[in-house]
Amino acid sequence: MNSSFHLPGGICMNRTIHLYQLWQLITAYLKEIIREPGILFWGIIFPILMSLGLGLAFTKKANVERKVAIVNFDSTGTKAVTSPFPLLTFLRQFGDVRKKADGKEESYELTLADENLGNTTFLFQVMNWPDAMVRLKRGTLNLVLVPKGRLPEYHFDPLNPDAQLTYLKLAGIFGQPPLSTENQAGLIKPLTVKGTRYIDFLIPGLIAMGVMMSSIWGISYGIIEKRSKKLLRRMVATPMKRSHLLIALMTVRSGMNFVEALLLFCFAYFAFGITITGSIPALILLFFAGNIAFAGIAVFISSNTSSTEVGNGFINAVVLPMMVLSGIFFSYHNFPEWSLPFIQLLPLTMLADGIRSLFIEGAGMVQVAMPSLILLMIGTVFFTAGLKLFKWH
Amino acid sequence: MTPEPVIEVRNVFKSFKAVEAVKGIDFQLNKSEFAAILGPNGAGKTTLVEMIEGIQKPDKGEILLWGMSWKGNETVLRKRIGISLQETRFTDKLQVWETLKLFASFYELRTDRVQEILEKIGLEEKRKSYVVNLSGGQRQKLALGLALLNNPSILLLDEPTTGLDPNARREVWSILKDLRENEQTSMILTTHYMEEAEQLCDRIIILDHGKILRSGTLKELLDNENLSGHPFSAAAPKNLDELFISLTGRHLHE
Repeated sequence: MNSSFHLPGGICMNRTIHLYQLWQLITAYLKEIIREPGILFWGIIFPILMSLGLGLAFTKKANVERKVAIVNFDSTGTKAVTSPFPLLTFLRQFGDVRKKADGKEESYELTLADENLGNTTFLFQVMNWPDAMVRLKRGTLNLVLVPKGRLPEYHFDPLNPDAQLTYLKLAGIFGQPPLSTENQAGLIKPLTVKGTRYIDFLIPGLIAMGVMMSSIWGISYGIIEKRSKKLLRRMVATPMKRSHLLIALMTVRSGMNFVEALLLFCFAYFAFGITITGSIPALILLFFAGNIAFAGIAVFISSNTSSTEVGNGFINAVVLPMMVLSGIFFSYHNFPEWSLPFIQLLPLTMLADGIRSLFIEGAGMVQVAMPSLILLMIGTVFFTAGLKLFKWH
Repeated sequence: MTPEPVIEVRNVFKSFKAVEAVKGIDFQLNKSEFAAILGPNGAGKTTLVEMIEGIQKPDKGEILLWGMSWKGNETVLRKRIGISLQETRFTDKLQVWETLKLFASFYELRTDRVQEILEKIGLEEKRKSYVVNLSGGQRQKLALGLALLNNPSILLLDEPTTGLDPNARREVWSILKDLRENEQTSMILTTHYMEEAEQLCDRIIILDHGKILRSGTLKELLDNENLSGHPFSAAAPKNLDELFISLTGRHLHE
């Protein structure tokens, strides 16, 4: 029998032993999460897939197909209007107008190749007026041409921006012949420099969101699950230092968040050429502050419930509004003016905006010092409040 | 030799909202004594044991371990007792060895003690198995191993064999019998198996509706009941189950 455990108060706390205890908690929690295959998917692969999907969807030059009706019969459907063929003959000057082979109906394709803006393909379908109206209502086409000699009449909804664009493109063709896309190339200066693309906006947002999601789901769910399994009360029925358990959870989570963010960044670097133009130490500070903020919130959320269902609800109630409001996928400046000061105070907004400014705008310590400080304070306040409410048993 | 009390429970009450779980309990446990708290579900066994474990606070009354109350002495007491809670589920994806090592670190114990425990509870073959892959009996043995890590002077086990098949139950018993023969440990276990109480314990405390009905050795309990006679039963009780029926009109397992 080891008598040292029977001397009341006789064991002096040794720093090394304490660190050993903390280290055991950290490795145990790390093993617990990396042995769960879902972690790999949701933490690492999913954000990469999301950046890939959204990045391609919003960054790729669009090849647009614009469907246009050419009316050959008037509203009664019987009386023929001017034949569409002079119009098509005219269009042939600009490109290859091909009759589509497959269609039961008469249709012609004209493609305007454009390296800068993406190709535009006009699909002219010949039909009578009532059919054209039906399709216009359904939205399968947005502009109707009625041949009137060489110049057609345009029928479209002026409030539909897409229809307006179709009109402008076609008017360009019919109005100022011969106009080729080569001439236009000199006039149009599309913005494709790094930093203005959607993917440049998206990646910092995804990194910030990853920190929030992993911290809150990881830590809160971890605590609530341990409480519901009665493991938490078993652990605190030993001389374990309670703070060690929380420190271990937060340390492992922050470490995992760092790895996840690094992998997402590496992917974005190779796939989209994303770079960090600002200060790296400032980025590390901000990232750390973000982790503290969300870890604190996570402890607060999970401080009292032992039901994973209730926990789910709490977590979603915190996470979802921020995902929508904080401008992760699209700028929050489209929300009403009065709401912006509130949105900008959300921790996710601060983290996302901060990371974005460091990635894209070349910001430094000066610009992120304030948000970092606020994030650290948010973390401390929620952590302290959570600890006050914390139910260990 | 005068008995040396290690646990003293004095006039303890505990309620949860409308339910009075423990209604005025007094007893003491002496050094090296093994006691069983026997009673049906809802008798207040777990509440009583959790109050002794310092997990719940009594509404009224006092509980002393070695003359110390939990308030202010938690650090000292935690190091000297070993507990196994009802239905604790340990981390699924940690190995038996890792789970023991983690808990050993809380008691500032190194791996040689973990090895000793692993042998004592007979889980050496399972040392690398994840907890999730253990059978019910193996999990209970692990829970017991964790309770024994710090070589506790007081062991408090809440239903250590509930839900186990007879073989697994006997394996747990043999670990506890070994402890009784070779160590100075005092133990309280709760159970609703009378056989467990008979096999392992010096003293049996019968609990129902938050109160102690009878307390004593098995012989004392049966003799007393036979001497006083019983109005509800023609035959005198020959075992604990019959005693329980004669005291309450119900079976232990109801």
